Amino acid sequence: MGVASRFILRRRGGKGWHWTDIVTWIWLIGGLIIMFGPAVWLAFSSFKTPAALAEFPPSILPYVTSQATVEGYDKPLQLFDTKMPDGSTRVLAEVRRIGVMSQMVDPKAPGEIIRVNMNDRTPVRTVSFATENYTEPFVHFDFLRYLWNSVFVTVVATLITLVVNSMAAFALSKYEFKGRSLAMLVILATLMVPLSVIMVPLYSIISSLGLFNSLWGVILPTVATPTGVFILRQYMLTIPDELIDAARMDKASEWQIYWRIVLPLTAPALAVLAIFSVVWRWNDFLWPLIVLSRRELYTLQVGLSIYSGELNVQWHFILAMTVVTMVPVVLVFIFLQRFITTGIAGTGLK
Amino acid sequence: MSTTSPSSRLGALLMAPVNALMRIVDVPLRGLQKATGLGGMAAFFLAPNMLIFGIFVLLPLVINFVYSMTGGTAFFLSERSFVGADQYARLFTCADYLDPMSCQEDAFWTAVGNTFWFVVLQVTLMILTALITALILNRDLAARSFWRAVFFFPVLLSPVVVGLIWKWILQRQGLLNFMLYQFGNEPYTWLTDRNWTFVATIGVSIWAHMGFYALILLAGLQAIPKDLYEAAEMDGTKPARVFWRITLPLLAPNLLVVVVLALIRAVQIFDEVYVLTGGGPGTSTLYLTQYIYETGFASALRNPGLAAAASILMGAVLVVLTLFQLGIGRRQENKGKR
Amino acid sequence: MGEIKLTDVNKSFGSVHVLKDIDLHIQDGEFVVFVGPSGCGKSTLLRTIAGLEKITGGEIRIDGKRVNEVSAADRGLAMVFQSYALYPHMSVRQNLAFGLENSNMPKTEIAERIAEAARMLEIDQYLERRPGQLSGGQRQRVAIGRAIVRRPTAFLLDEPLSNLDAELRVSTRAELAALHARIGSTMIYVTHDQVEAMTLAHRIVVMRAGRIEQVGTPLELYNTPANRFVAGFIGAPHMNFLKGEVSEAETGAVTLSIGGGHKLLVPLSGHKLSVGDKLTVGIRPQHITLAGDPGSLAVKVRLVEALGSETVIHADLHGEKLLAVVQGQKQISPGDEVHFSIAGAPLHLFDGNGLRVKAA
Repeated sequence: MGVASRFILRRRGGKGWHWTDIVTWIWLIGGLIIMFGPAVWLAFSSFKTPAALAEFPPSILPYVTSQATVEGYDKPLQLFDTKMPDGSTRVLAEVRRIGVMSQMVDPKAPGEIIRVNMNDRTPVRTVSFATENYTEPFVHFDFLRYLWNSVFVTVVATLITLVVNSMAAFALSKYEFKGRSLAMLVILATLMVPLSVIMVPLYSIISSLGLFNSLWGVILPTVATPTGVFILRQYMLTIPDELIDAARMDKASEWQIYWRIVLPLTAPALAVLAIFSVVWRWNDFLWPLIVLSRRELYTLQVGLSIYSGELNVQWHFILAMTVVTMVPVVLVFIFLQRFITTGIAGTGLK
Repeated sequence: MSTTSPSSRLGALLMAPVNALMRIVDVPLRGLQKATGLGGMAAFFLAPNMLIFGIFVLLPLVINFVYSMTGGTAFFLSERSFVGADQYARLFTCADYLDPMSCQEDAFWTAVGNTFWFVVLQVTLMILTALITALILNRDLAARSFWRAVFFFPVLLSPVVVGLIWKWILQRQGLLNFMLYQFGNEPYTWLTDRNWTFVATIGVSIWAHMGFYALILLAGLQAIPKDLYEAAEMDGTKPARVFWRITLPLLAPNLLVVVVLALIRAVQIFDEVYVLTGGGPGTSTLYLTQYIYETGFASALRNPGLAAAASILMGAVLVVLTLFQLGIGRRQENKGKR
Repeated sequence: MGEIKLTDVNKSFGSVHVLKDIDLHIQDGEFVVFVGPSGCGKSTLLRTIAGLEKITGGEIRIDGKRVNEVSAADRGLAMVFQSYALYPHMSVRQNLAFGLENSNMPKTEIAERIAEAARMLEIDQYLERRPGQLSGGQRQRVAIGRAIVRRPTAFLLDEPLSNLDAELRVSTRAELAALHARIGSTMIYVTHDQVEAMTLAHRIVVMRAGRIEQVGTPLELYNTPANRFVAGFIGAPHMNFLKGEVSEAETGAVTLSIGGGHKLLVPLSGHKLSVGDKLTVGIRPQHITLAGDPGSLAVKVRLVEALGSETVIHADLHGEKLLAVVQGQKQISPGDEVHFSIAGAPLHLFDGNGLRVKAA
């Protein structure tokens, strides 16, 4: 313990607490709470029943009030810890309430009605996870459909992104030809063309190609990303040209050089682009919102936002589906965190 | 003959059909190479990207100008009438140029104003927090990669999820009210208060993106040679002076890049805000992208031409920022060469 | 067969003219070394022969067949690169097999050829390793092996030893010579190291600024360099150059006066020199001896490098630098005045254009 805490709480210079040490730890602990807290809170909430969600003040863990079926009563009755006049506490079921008085019965001996002041009883609550928040939307809503749409868009767009952009990057890094610098210039200049600037004309192009209300209309505009070409090209420039020459001397065709030499050697950059492409496409929102107007085509993001915007918001479902939407990205984050952070630091990509 | 691990054997098995396909593809491509030479192959490799890029990025970029000079509600260019600069004129028609509400397109100017203040406040506060975070993460911390991950975590979340997380926290029965309640405050409906929603959009977008900028700044800090600090220590330089005279000047190029990048992205803010507030209440969090989106697609008074004109104005701002950024990059590259 | 003939070969990168009017005839089985300072075009010349660079003028023939338009893959040549250019993601075996697979050779024959090359180069144990797991010397062998398995009409080697440490370079050099003797194929070898050139080559091609300065056997270049550049480039340490003027011109000999009023009598038959001609005299450092008599060149010692078996003396002759390599160990210190003798040393004369003054 002593060694561990000394290691974890390592300080500047090692003697005494400098004010910067205090600021550091306040910032780190505060950051931990602010950064993780909201998502954790959402995840906890997603297991609550609608009744528990409507409660204020809210509880952290998902509680439900216990009920019991009592002989002689049709509906299950709610259980309460009741303070008896003699000071003892019993678990009773409430039959009905009149004013401040509550009529209770003992579930084990349902014959006798006991009248208790309602301030003398507290509901019996147990921790229970409302997993139906997760199962029901898949059955009653189209969430399974949305999930499939999102997976399809993400996987297909990423595959096309990798192939198309790596081919272009290969041409732009390993061939000398007229117009190469022009192509690079165009790519650099459009690195920052955001969707918000071209959404009106892009929509008309998608419509005239018959891609409106089609997942391909979501996929295609995203795959020829200048960012992708750019980082792959930067990486391919580090592959020695002598290797390409050697392959040419070895009677390899240009396609073989691309496929068997350059692509395997670009694997680290391809992996970074693949991870980012997955996260980008999974998270895409505005463009799918524009292109997809039929419910069965919604991606998770569009479906979630449409449902959460409805008048009669069913928060218990929304929260659960938000968690489902979040999980793949969190998994990517947990397993590939180091990869992603070094990738960003190296390329300034997002 | 060869010793291979099970995983590489599995990999080989999975790749076998792909490799077979590539061998088949190679046959016509060898023919193409014979016929057209290396130049032809370069064109072949470039073609798919350029085709998609041309259709879905370059072409829209060009015809956006045409759109901005046509009127009507139709989307197909052939069904639209040429109106010249009318759409721009409409955006700029104001009774009193000091009062956005007197303009014909008051929503546009409201969005411009909102976006402006959003950009100024969000970027300033975000870069400041990112810088502090980077400085703290650059200290001799145990488990630094864990702490880095803590601050980076929200970056990967989808804007929709971010919006929903915070909508859930800011709502009446939400976590924020619960915590204030502990100190004796009554629950408050934050998302119906014009001022608080504006603050909330700034806070939420900082929460979601700060980690990204902190990461880049951290990389910049770690690239500063350690011996500079050791030299400063040998000279007995005070820590504050080390920060102002060594850390900050050497970090300045990264800081500049990060600021411009943050500006470019802040101007385009949409997704998380749309989910969190929907632009409301009223128009208190109506930002430019949402204005363009609603004018172009969603509102009953759809006007794609007007949306295109507004998007070109926004594009102009972004072009200036991007050129600025490329300029910085170029200058740094030259510095590196020298 | 591996006869390579270059006629009037020219190559430009844009406006930069890197190869100028190259004429060269390489016989089958010959070991030819291209040597020259960096940037002289020797690597480019090799790459044009390989087909990796297109020439902009002239003609290249391999075994009589014009190959200007033939791609690198179809010229039947193999190349060993300076960086070895081994495919990092393939095992040694895959590296060797790659080129053979590309020409659709049957698997059994590929295996045979790899086994044979591996035996010859003693890389059998490493066949399943990746290049990253090999030492520099082993990688070098694999690179050569990749060329050997192809059984090319000629081997092109681009500074193949420059990434090895000094000791390994010497032993590998010997192995390369032995390999050539065994295989007997044409080899073209590029280096900037004149010692490698001297030890390996049948013929050396000295290049400078895109031109061939001289072609000849190592000893031809050493003994009768065609110009000042070749004279200075071949031989280590470099040849000494002294300014001189013809003071007497007779048939069969000239007398030159050099710095400090010294006179040199140079036997030279059939020359066309006349009194007053300005010349450069070249003397190899190894041909200078220490002399006791004051009639020889009096020089001031600047620096002494005692190497044990020999002593290198940096000296000053009336403002001109003079370097001597004398046998054995000498008791000389900087600042001393000593006498150099060049009696009987072969002297090389170069005219104002740097060209060798030839005897008729």
